[in-house]
Amino acid sequence: MADTMELRDIEVWDGNMAASQALRQAQVDVVAAYPITPSTPIVENYAGFKANDYVDGEFVMTESEHGAMSCCIGAAAAGGRVATATSSQGFALMVETLYSASGMRLPIVLNVVNRALGAPLNVNGDHSDMYLGRDSGWIQLDAYCPQEAYDMNFIAFRVSEDHDVRLPAIVNQDGFMTSHTAQGVKTLSDETAYKFVGEYKPMNDMLDLDHPVTHGVQTEEDWHFEHKARQHHALMTVVIPKIEAAFADFEKLTGRKYNIVETYNMEDAEVAVVCMGTSVETAREVAVEMREQHGIKAGVVGIRVFRPWPLQQIAAVLSNVAAVGLLDRSSPHGAMGTLYNEVSGALFNTDTKAVLTNYIYGLGGRDLTKAHLTAIFKELKANADAGKPTTPLQQYIGLRGPKLSFF
Amino acid sequence: MSEMKKIKNLKEFSTSADRFEGANLLCPGCAHSIIVREVLNATNDDLILAASTGCLEVCTAVYPYTSWDASWIHIGFENGSSAVAGAEAMYKALKTKGRLKQPERTPKFVAFGGDGATYDIGFQWISGCFERGHNIMYVCLDNEVYANTGGQRSSSTPIGASATTTPAGRVSYGEKRNKKDMMAIMAAHGAPYVAQVAPNKWKDMVAKIQKGFEAEGPVYINAMSACTTEWKFAPEDTISISDLATDSLVFPLYEIIDGTKLNITYRPKNIIPVRDYLGAQGRFKHLFSKQNEYLIDEWQARVDAQWEYLQRREEASV
Repeated sequence: MADTMELRDIEVWDGNMAASQALRQAQVDVVAAYPITPSTPIVENYAGFKANDYVDGEFVMTESEHGAMSCCIGAAAAGGRVATATSSQGFALMVETLYSASGMRLPIVLNVVNRALGAPLNVNGDHSDMYLGRDSGWIQLDAYCPQEAYDMNFIAFRVSEDHDVRLPAIVNQDGFMTSHTAQGVKTLSDETAYKFVGEYKPMNDMLDLDHPVTHGVQTEEDWHFEHKARQHHALMTVVIPKIEAAFADFEKLTGRKYNIVETYNMEDAEVAVVCMGTSVETAREVAVEMREQHGIKAGVVGIRVFRPWPLQQIAAVLSNVAAVGLLDRSSPHGAMGTLYNEVSGALFNTDTKAVLTNYIYGLGGRDLTKAHLTAIFKELKANADAGKPTTPLQQYIGLRGPKLSFF
Repeated sequence: MSEMKKIKNLKEFSTSADRFEGANLLCPGCAHSIIVREVLNATNDDLILAASTGCLEVCTAVYPYTSWDASWIHIGFENGSSAVAGAEAMYKALKTKGRLKQPERTPKFVAFGGDGATYDIGFQWISGCFERGHNIMYVCLDNEVYANTGGQRSSSTPIGASATTTPAGRVSYGEKRNKKDMMAIMAAHGAPYVAQVAPNKWKDMVAKIQKGFEAEGPVYINAMSACTTEWKFAPEDTISISDLATDSLVFPLYEIIDGTKLNITYRPKNIIPVRDYLGAQGRFKHLFSKQNEYLIDEWQARVDAQWEYLQRREEASV
């Protein structure tokens, strides 16, 4: 039996420590991992817990991220709680196995500390890895700060391991901005945290020796489509209600309220930005200033659940806004940004006449400043007043050299 | 405590409990099924199995059917080793935590992969699993070619074999490189037990598999798997071709214990010429042309040298 750790009500943790503490408190049975910046401290911290008897599960340091997720899949199929962490290039190396994990309906929690994808090589935060995984069939939650990195892990275990769901879940947090920035984190006691996550209940477990199972079969045109459709069906119909239920229970337990789509000053907002990660908190501050100093009714929409995509919830919170800025922190490489496209898809076929524009920002860890956001809100206000775009549809912000824009 | 099976003769062997069903899609005459049965039949213990993508995988788990009466997992081409290692890690974790459903039973963890999955694409994963010391057995079904995808060369394909990506032609005798020495590489990992086996020498094979199951730590088994389709011989000749391979010493049967101690486990009474082994297979047919015949002499010299080397290693006991 592993030792419990006495935590203060509020600990000063960075996002990585918050995530590793959540893994410890969930008493994960197998963590198989490979270190990569900026997620490395998650597995280092966890190794420290293991070395000091705070966890009694297995900790497997593999030869690569692909090997790590392969071990996670074998372990999950065997029948127990499984988690790992990665970033960027490591996430890219895992991608093949991510599809296997979700296709085999195996609950696994993966902390992705978001980081740019090379070339050129870069260790800092952007959402390229998050977007790379968006069609992989994993649930994707987004944390904006260390507290949320901690909380979202509990939600992820709870939802992923639900027998009606049985889908793996990613908890995203921004590389360095969240992962390496220490803040006050309100903690749960080990007992309370474990109770919230619950005992792992195996299903189709290989280690049930009286009931052998076959995992990872071959299907062709005869059955492949039905399997993929069932997986999509579960994502589309089961996951959001389960997350909502988990959020409700978590609020009862902690008083911290989370939503599928997080809104800030949206009740009467005329203009809004939609973003993810640490940018949400910066945008909230600027939105207040826009109201107080510039008389612009600005609001902020934060995506909490990136997959499954909460199409209706997003359409609802943006239904009365005249102009929306979609902030994508990943190079779209030949298209409009993902948030632009997906929010457009959510609003099309509705009555809204909102003007949508796309901002590409913060690649490779470039700062998104309050001045940038102030300028964006002013442009959105001009769009709202004009009832049409007054700027190009896609603009790069914070970029060195001449302005870059498209469409 | 693990339970080893006592099988006295081939008749008893062929009728013993079968956790790998005859209902599978492997080619008639495929040695894979013989090897897999011999591995699974070597123990009465429970089995947790993995397979890398390849002939064995695509022919035995086609939804909604399965040929496996033991838990089995397939993820991809390169990671059968890691899949079973993950399951083994979970077994250890649940044992520590007292959550095993049948705590008194001691399952064995076995991964199967072809030579493409072993020598080439899955090499890194296998090396990682062996370095970490998982209590698993990895069995390479070595048919010296990417058979599942239609006969492309792998790094196990021997010199002179015609494969679809190294075809024999007017100015080529086929594969130009010698087969990678996986036995030595896996022994160099310090694995407690590494052995080469062939399905025709079933008693030797069962003894080695049982030794492997008794070892603590990762075990590597290189199993020669004669491929009727890609080696190009008649399906009914699988065992006689295998006899040619072991009796010509092209596939010597030996084991390496704790990374160093080498024992030869089969010494043919009458060593037959390599020429006879090559001549029985379509993949080497072109070697018998006048311009290529020198390669047969080279083959013989290479096999002789390897046999000499193995004997010296055995004598030196290092």
